[in-house]
Formats: sequence, C-alpha cells, structure tokens
Amino acid sequence: MKTSDDPKTSGTTFDVKQLTRVYGEGPAAVHALRGVDLQIPKGDLVVLLGASGSGKSTLLNILGGLDRATDGQAHFFDKDLTAMSDAQLTRYRRHHVGFVFQFYNLMPSLTAHENVDLVTEISDNPMPADEALDLVGLSHRQDHFPAEMSGGEQQRVAIARAIAKRPTVLFCDEPTGALDSTTGRQVLRVIQDVNANLGTTVMIVTHAAATAAMAHRVIHMADGAVREVIENETRLSAEEIEW
Amino acid sequence: MVSPLDRKLLRDLWRMKLQSFAIALVIAVGVLLLVMMDGLVNSLAQTRDAYYDRYRLAEVFAPVKRAPDHLLDRIAAIPGVSAVEGRVVGGALVDVEGQTVQVRARAVSLPEFREPRLNAVYLAEGRRLDPRRLDEILLLQGFADAHGLEPGDSLTATMNGARHTFRIAGLAQAPEFLYSTAPGELAPDDSRFAVLWMNEEALAAAFDLDGAFNEALVSLDRGASEPAVIDALDRLLDPYGVTGAYGLEDQISNRFIHEEISGLRASSRSVPPVFMGVAAFLLYIVISRMIESERTQIGLLKAFGYTSAEIGAHYLKFILVISVGGVLLGCGLGVMSGHALSGLYQQYYKFPFLIFRVDPSAFITAIVVSVASASAGGFIVLRRIFALAPAAAMRPPAPADFSSSARLVAALRRFLDQPSRMIVRRIARQPMRSFAASIGIAVGMGLSVAMLGVLGGFDKAVELNFNVIDRSDANVSFVEPLGEKTIYELKRLDGIIEVEPFRSVPVVLRNGVKSHRGALDGLTEDAELNRAMRDETHQVYARKDGIVLSKPLAAKLDIGPGELVTVDVREGRRPVLTLPVVAVSQSLLGAPAYFELSALNESLEEPGRVSGAWLRIDPAKQQDVYEALKNMPAVAGVSLKDEARDALQRMMDEGAGATRYYMAIIAAIITFGIVYNSARIAFAERAHDLASLRVLGFTKSEASYVLLGELGLITLAALPMGAFIGTGLAGAIAAGFSTDLYTIPAQVGFSNVGSGALAVLIAALIAGWLVKRDVDRLELVSALKSRE
Repeated sequence: MKTSDDPKTSGTTFDVKQLTRVYGEGPAAVHALRGVDLQIPKGDLVVLLGASGSGKSTLLNILGGLDRATDGQAHFFDKDLTAMSDAQLTRYRRHHVGFVFQFYNLMPSLTAHENVDLVTEISDNPMPADEALDLVGLSHRQDHFPAEMSGGEQQRVAIARAIAKRPTVLFCDEPTGALDSTTGRQVLRVIQDVNANLGTTVMIVTHAAATAAMAHRVIHMADGAVREVIENETRLSAEEIEW
Repeated sequence: MVSPLDRKLLRDLWRMKLQSFAIALVIAVGVLLLVMMDGLVNSLAQTRDAYYDRYRLAEVFAPVKRAPDHLLDRIAAIPGVSAVEGRVVGGALVDVEGQTVQVRARAVSLPEFREPRLNAVYLAEGRRLDPRRLDEILLLQGFADAHGLEPGDSLTATMNGARHTFRIAGLAQAPEFLYSTAPGELAPDDSRFAVLWMNEEALAAAFDLDGAFNEALVSLDRGASEPAVIDALDRLLDPYGVTGAYGLEDQISNRFIHEEISGLRASSRSVPPVFMGVAAFLLYIVISRMIESERTQIGLLKAFGYTSAEIGAHYLKFILVISVGGVLLGCGLGVMSGHALSGLYQQYYKFPFLIFRVDPSAFITAIVVSVASASAGGFIVLRRIFALAPAAAMRPPAPADFSSSARLVAALRRFLDQPSRMIVRRIARQPMRSFAASIGIAVGMGLSVAMLGVLGGFDKAVELNFNVIDRSDANVSFVEPLGEKTIYELKRLDGIIEVEPFRSVPVVLRNGVKSHRGALDGLTEDAELNRAMRDETHQVYARKDGIVLSKPLAAKLDIGPGELVTVDVREGRRPVLTLPVVAVSQSLLGAPAYFELSALNESLEEPGRVSGAWLRIDPAKQQDVYEALKNMPAVAGVSLKDEARDALQRMMDEGAGATRYYMAIIAAIITFGIVYNSARIAFAERAHDLASLRVLGFTKSEASYVLLGELGLITLAALPMGAFIGTGLAGAIAAGFSTDLYTIPAQVGFSNVGSGALAVLIAALIAGWLVKRDVDRLELVSALKSRE
C-alpha cells in the first residue's frame, strides 16, 4: 500500500462485510465473530460496547491489522485488509494505525519520550515526540520511566505514542479499564481531542457503557455479531460522562 | 542519536546483566579453551622448529662402532646431503650426591676450534669449553639444576670403565636433549639423566676413537629423500659396524616432543569442540527461552508496524552483543592463559626462547560457532513468534490444553498440596520445555562428570602401570646383553628377593606400509614382576609361538591376533623375522611388544642373553643392594620404581596432561552457568504467576517453593541423563588426551557421577538462592500490571 493513495479522500474508513473469525477447529472451535457487517465513516468517534466474549476486541484486532479474519471482507477505504500479505499488514499498521491498550504496554526500559520515539522513528510524517506528549499534557514527564508514572500518565504516554505518527485510525482497547474515574476522564478527554482536532477516526472498545455518550456512533455487539448501531444526536464531552 | 530500539537494547542488557554475563561466560570459557589450546600447540610447534633451525639439529643420525674421519667427505658426497658432522658419543655413569644409584649419562664431543656444523648447543650459563683443557665439560642444564650444580663445580663420572673428574665450565641445552629420559623409562626426569659435552680430543681418548667418529650427523637438502640418504649411509658405513641410520622422527628426544605436541594437537582438536558444542547447545536453549520471554514486547513492536526484519535485527544485536562479548572475553582470556601455560611448557621442554602465536582461524572458528549457535537459538523462536498474528503474540501464550494431565493430577490430588500440584501440572503441561531444560543441565553435568572421569583416568593409568603391570621395586639394565650367569649373581646379592630377567632389542615392526620403531621385550613365560595384562586381573603370558602386542601398538599397525607382523631387528645380526600376533594386551603407557625370552634369543641366535632384570628388594636392605649394584661393572643403570612413578606423574601434570585441570574448571563453570540460567529464565517466565500467588496470600517461601520445586524436579531429572552423557563425553575427551606415550582410560565411576551430581546440586542451590532473593523482592502490583 502506497501512502500516495491518500485514503482520507473517501468518506468511509472501514467497510466490513460478513466478517468471521473462528479460533480452533472441530468441536473445540470458538466463533468469535459470526458475520459482522459494519461501516465506519471517516472522522467518527466510535464506541464498541459489549460483554466479555462478544467479539469486540477481535473485531478491533482485525481492523487494526493485528489478526486475520477467517472469512468475509474488511475494507480500509479501497483496500481489503483480509487480502493483505503480512508485509502489507505491517505497512498498514506502520503508516495508518495507532493503538492504545488497556495495560498501556509501554516498553518498561524506555522513558516516556523514548517510548514515543519508538513509533516516530518508523513513521513517514510524525509529529515530534515533544508535541505528542504536550497534546496529552505530559511534556514535563518525558524523561520518566513507566515505573515512575501513575496508570493514567502511562496511558496518556501510550496515547501520545499512538497519535505521534498522525494515524488515520486510532484503536483503543479498554483504554480506561485499568484507571479510576478521574484519570479515566482525563484519558477520554485526550482521545476526544485527538478526534476533534486531528480528524482521526477513533474506535474505542469498552464495556463501560457510559463512555458511549461521547461517541458519534455506538455499536453494540453480542455473541460475535453486531446487535445495534446507534448514532448519537447529541454528544457529551469526556468531563460530563457519568462513570 | 541512538535510536529508541537501541536504547531498549542497552537497558535490557543492563537489566539482564547477570544473566547476560552468565551466557557470555559460557561462550567465553568454550572459546578460551579453543584459543588457549590452539595457541599452545602452535607456539610449541613453532618454537621447536625455530629452535631446531637455529641450533642446526641434524636430520639423520648414523651411529657406528668406529669410522675413520675421512669417511665424512664421502658422506658429504651422498646426493641430498647438505652438511655432515662426525662426533664421538658414549655412555657414562655419573656419581651424584644424595642419589641412591649412579645416574646414567651421555657424553658428546664438541669440536675444539670451531662451532659444530650440526647439533650446536645453547650455552645457558658459564662459558664455552677451553680447547686446551681436557677435563672441562658443559653439563646439561636441567640435570645441573636438579642437583644444584654450577659452573666451577666438579663432577665425577665413569666412562669406558675408567673414572674421571671433570670441571663444569658451563651449563648448556641442546635441541637433541629436550627430553631427557632415564634408561628403560618413558617419562622424562631431569635428575636422572645427564649430558656431558667435552672436547673431542678428550672424549675420543676416553673411548679409544682417535681420528675416528662413532656417530655421523647429516642434514638434508630441501626436497632430498630421507630414506634414500639413510640407505646410502647404511651401505657406506656397513663395514664400520653400523646399527642403522635413522631420521629425526626416530630420534628419542624429538620423538617425545613430537608425541607430546601431537597429543596436545589431538586434544586441541577434539576436546575444545566438545566444550564448544556443549556451550553452543546451552546457548541455543538459553537464548531461545530468553527470546520467548520477550514475546509480548515483540507482538507490541509488530503492532506498531515494525517489520519482522527490523525486530529480528534488534534481537540479533542483542544476541551479538552477548555472544561477541563472550567471544572477545574468551579470546582475551585464552591468549592470556595460553601465554601463561606455554611459559610453563617452555620450562618443561627447556626451550631457550618461546614464540607465542595463535592461528587466526581459531578466533574465526570461535566467533562463527558462538554467534551461529546463539543466533540459531534466537531465530528459531523469532520465526515462531513472527508466524503469529501480532494480536496473538501480544497475548501471553494461550494456556495449553492440559486436560490430558488431568488424570495424573487427579491421581496425585490425594498426595499433593496445591502448590505441589502446580509444579506437577506445569511440568506435565509443557513436557518438552521441561525436558529441554533438563537436557541443558544434564549436558552441563555430563561435561563435569566426563572431566572427573578423565582426571581419574590419569590416576588409573599410573595405578595400572605401577601396581598391576610392574610389580617390581627396581629395574637394572646391563651395558650390553649378558649371559644368564649375571642373573645368578644378582640372585645371590643379599636383600634381593626375586630376579626376573628380560631381553629388550630395538626393532622396527611393520605391517604393510604401517610401521613402528620401538623395542621388542623378551619376558619369561611365568613373568611375575613385569607382565603383560589383558585387563586389571588377567595376565597375558609371553609365548614362544608368536608375539603379544599392546593395544595402542596393534591399533597403530592395524593388526590383530592371527595376523603376521614383520620384525626388523636393529641389533646384533639384524635379522628380519616374520611372527604371528598371538594376543593383544592392555597398556596405558608406551606401546610395548612382548615375546618369550628364550624364543627371542633363539631367533636372534644369541641364546641365554639378557638385557637386564626386574628386581624385588627387601626394603630393609635397599641401601646395601644399591651399593652392591653400583659396584657391578656390568650394570649400566638402575631405575627405581618409585622414582619412575614420580617422573610419570610429573610428566602428566606438567606435560600435555596439564591442560586437564583447566578443562575441569571450565566444565564446572559451564555447569554452573547453565543451572543458573535455567533458574533465571524459569523466574522470568513465572514472575507474573508468582506475583499472583503472593497477591492471593501465599508467603514468599510458598511462592518460591512453586518455582524452586519445579527447578528441583528438573534438576533431579537431569542427574541420570547427566551420568549417561558424561560417560559418552569422557570417551571422546580421554581419546583426545591419549598419545603414543600414554593412553588415558575413559572410565566414569560412581564416585565421578556422585561428584558431578553434587556439583550440579550445589550449583542449583546457589542459583535457587539467587532467584529466591528475586522472588522475595517481587513487586506485586507492577508484576501484575506488566502483562495481561
């Protein structure tokens, strides 16, 4: 995939058709996704809700290029992710995708600044690490190691790391799952700002239903399928969310 | 600017510094051994060659009874001869204070007014001989040092039946006497063999050889055929009582040096590869488990879009830093210890100088083997991780299905508490990983067990030779073969309990193109004092209908019982015999061949002759016996078993065998390195589970038990495998140590296995204690957060 095919020209970031993911075989097979159909418009902030095992993380992983579908299609603009080779998926992640994980997944042996550098190093048009850390309000902590930071701070570094490459899509898997409500709101605020100010499409997987109030679009999942898609008429800001 | 990945690399190295160091150390000691042994062999061989060259050592030696000096011109005219020197040599017996028996010596002439054309001497102390003084000698330095003799001292010696008193002008060394061996013995002993260099005129007078020589020395043109020159010499000198010219390869000192160096070369080629192989295997296991533990970080890097090549390069750097670090450390230490050891060897071989050099190929081999095995360990795991989708890699490996172990655990439920069940489950769940860890420890232990077996083998060689094969107290050799009545004279001496005659003749044994220059020993049929043995308890009796070959000799000639061997006798009438091989005996020392005494004499047509005798002596009358032997003119020398045993022990400790101690230490380091690494990796893999246990309310000891219990079981399982592996390795290492001079039996006994097992258990205890400290320090919250 060449970066010159600017994907941002089209209006739909993801177009998913009959996406299926089966783990294992035979009687032990687990159907994590059972034919998901979905469209994610460009620039949307989407919240995926569902109980444990509903398939939301699996969907996120496939859309993020971290996992492969068993069947079906998932188009990122005009490119079919399910048809990509490993090398193409790697380039896809490298240039278009940012990840934020529940447990931050920072490299413990690198400082905040270096953790961000880890990603800017391999990106085409990254923002400086300082700027990324500034966006999440952590420029004063850039020389600290993960072990020296609170959970919320670590998660903000993870967000800085994810947005520093100016991704087309930002995936957040339970970004506030390990945080208290105040810190959680701060983190959501940052994510919301990224969406609003940088125009990045954001997909948040969570089982904190209240988060849905800040989304353009809320997708309810259960048993590996999409049950309901709701477009919010009015959105709350991160600070207004009832935890 | 240093890239973030490189920073991660540096910090990871620092975080794992102890473990990285342990791995580097395992590589380093393997490399150390390779470089050290290679350096030793190269240095000795090059020093020897340079020494021979500088002091113009002859390439062919032609002893005769008496040949006129003018014959030297005719020798020089033989095609292929580049230089000739004639000299007088003779036997002497030297009186030494404090020595029970007279010491056998060799007197060698030096031309008065010029440097010898061949076989020059290196003057270590004092001055050269004064051509006008007939009573001056240069004395072999090793002998002088052993007896505290210095220039200016005097020395009394018996030559050709007359006593002479000499003044020592200087102390000298010569390449032809690097190795001074007491008569009838294999091991060198400085104190019991002397060389006196004298003015030619004086020595010729003592041996009635005025205007004549009794040894011609010859050097050859480049590319000249040695056998052709030897042949021509033998024909030319035949009327003058030639006993057969021989080349440098049969010169006694050179042959010993050659054997020692080739023994060392053989062990440098066979032993370090065993160690390197073990180190490489351990490296593979350790690195692969270490990379496995980085799995989630690798998944994360892939999630960011790092390519497999970039991540591979990152870990390759990690492996390279450790393995190249280990190689460099090993090369440095190897050069240092090689230098130190070759200094010792320089003294042992009495080289006047030393050239130390390591072949660059040793360094290259070291680097390639280490880096390749480390990289292989890394890449096999990386490939497996790369094959996973990043989402899967980021998750810890899915819990394996252990329903198959459910029955086992159910059966154990009644006997085991919960933590013990965890241990059993974990091993049962990942039997291959546990097995690999066990094998790693077993290989480490095997190496130690093998080295202990080899150390024991050296002792056994001495034991077998001096307690089982040779049961005499002393050995006398006569000036020349004598009639049997000398035996009766010996028997009559007060204090001699038993006398057993023997005949020993120089021979060349041939089987097709294979040949061996040595001696054929005639033993009595019922020999008791010095015997050929099939094993430790069964004697092989000398027979009249054929000869008995020792195992190394049979191997060298590639011959077995029932086959015919050609015996080219180099004494007396010099008959060529064809005899059947009737048996093969065990010999750990030398490569003897035996024939029944009377049959040997018969085939030489010299009935009733003996070369000497083995004696059993009443301990209370030892001194009287030695005194009486000293006064028997027929006795050329007496060799005491205790002295011979000491000399052999010294040869094994200071000669090529000395490296065995280094190897034993290295084996111990490797064993500890692998046990410690196993413990560390087990800890890294389980830190999260252990923290969970602590969170659940387990005490530190209980948490440690889960980890150390598993380690303990793996270690215990390794012990029998280690014994097995050790037995195999011992054979390979002992074969590497064995030379034509001595054979080291590879026998791993219960005590070796016990000691090896003990070493592993101690290493496991220390490693366990080090890891337990880390378990105690586990920070619960961060350990739990660190992965999901």
